[in-house]
Amino acid sequence: MPGSVGPVTSLENPGTAAHVAAAAGDPAANPWLSWDYVQRNWGDISRALEQHAGLTVQAVLIACAIAVPLGMLAHLRPRLAAPIVGTSSVLYTIPSLALFTVLVPWTGIGRTPVLIGLVVYALLVLVRNVLVGLSGVDESVRDAARGLGYGRLRLLLTVELPNALPAIIAGVRLATVTTVALVTVGVVVGYGGLGQLMFRGFRNNKYHAEILTATLLCLALALVLDLLIWLVGRAVTPWARRGREA
Amino acid sequence: MDVLQDAFTWLNDPLNWTGRDGVLALGADHLRISALAVLLAALVALPLGVWLGHRRRGGVVTVVAANTSRALPTFALLTIFASTGLFGATATVLAVAVFAVPPILSNTFTGLMEVDADVRDAARGVGMSGGRSLALVELPLALPLVGAGLRTATTQVLATVPLAALVGGSSLGSIIVQGMALQRYGQVVAGALLVAGLCLVVEGVLAAVQRALTPAPMRATSGRRRRRAPRAVSEPPGPAPAATGQQTVTRS
Repeated sequence: MPGSVGPVTSLENPGTAAHVAAAAGDPAANPWLSWDYVQRNWGDISRALEQHAGLTVQAVLIACAIAVPLGMLAHLRPRLAAPIVGTSSVLYTIPSLALFTVLVPWTGIGRTPVLIGLVVYALLVLVRNVLVGLSGVDESVRDAARGLGYGRLRLLLTVELPNALPAIIAGVRLATVTTVALVTVGVVVGYGGLGQLMFRGFRNNKYHAEILTATLLCLALALVLDLLIWLVGRAVTPWARRGREA
Repeated sequence: MDVLQDAFTWLNDPLNWTGRDGVLALGADHLRISALAVLLAALVALPLGVWLGHRRRGGVVTVVAANTSRALPTFALLTIFASTGLFGATATVLAVAVFAVPPILSNTFTGLMEVDADVRDAARGVGMSGGRSLALVELPLALPLVGAGLRTATTQVLATVPLAALVGGSSLGSIIVQGMALQRYGQVVAGALLVAGLCLVVEGVLAAVQRALTPAPMRATSGRRRRRAPRAVSEPPGPAPAATGQQTVTRS
């Protein structure tokens, strides 16, 4: 860890000096919440937040782009469903620390191994939900579409997929919240977004304000992204709302 | 691959297995910390889940617990606990146990809630008190789900404990973290294989145990339930996230 991350963090750490100075003046003062810390290090914090949010959004988008076709394939060919879901569960059992680091020899440290790991984990959540959503479509709806002369592919794209949207969006929300929390583990390869702040705070003589600020920002980010996706979900499935009101 | 060869060389070196920082000692630490964390979580979550499920309310509590634990990074809690003056294993056990509570709680709660209302009525009808009905009728019926919850929690804990290596805890994760620090990628890959292997083996063993403990007539039902359970959106993910990690799990 110190070999790979230590030098980087100490280079881009204007907070240390201030912290050390403050600590020298009053060794006992190490508050968990400090507005002063936030003001003085805002550039640093916002950079970590940006990294965190960017990584999360990118990972979820890539995972969506893979998971939806994969889920549809598993739905069309039910024989493939069991192996796909089974492989997902096995991969999901592998700890993030192991998955992130095992890729390093081939990808180098930094953004790539974290992104790949995050995509894998988000993928597993998403594929399951796509599959559940598609197979949960009302049989009579399917019958009606077939009676109207819909082919298999048209049925899937214009009837089943829209009907599965609520389940898919629920999956995206779950995957996003999980991903936000997972990004922090990226510190092990030197790219952990807000986790980088937590780790540095821990390293820097247990700088409480730095750790807690990063934690709270993590929670806030998860909440905000969750809310955004929920709103998008509401916007793209207006029939669900209308049904409830009627 | 060169790195893979390094990894196997590392794994083949008996010196890496014995000693204070050997695989065996670290593995034992890993298992001990995990067992303590699951035990601690079960001590809190089982009674709470049974009570809430028996009273048939408190669904909100379990959902809030599950959602919060999903959004809160395990790594954050580990650093917070590790920097409050709790040393080594204590901080790890506490932080990891917090994340093991929601899966046990929600599964216990759901297990008791899913007991057929007619069955409860019948138990009261033959003169059982609330407590007797709980002990003799509801709990046995809820056991498969309670077991599934403990299993999810255990897998998730095993996957989370390695993270503690970043803040000074000792576990199989220490091999990975040390390898990263020294840029010995063979050791990193070996550590990752060990951690992943441990999780997969324990998961397999627990699945077998659960199958063996479930009476044959209930197997089909519990199997179907279990397969459905992880798919449901409200189910906490395995590793941290797991996570989850996990995450479930909370996967982290």
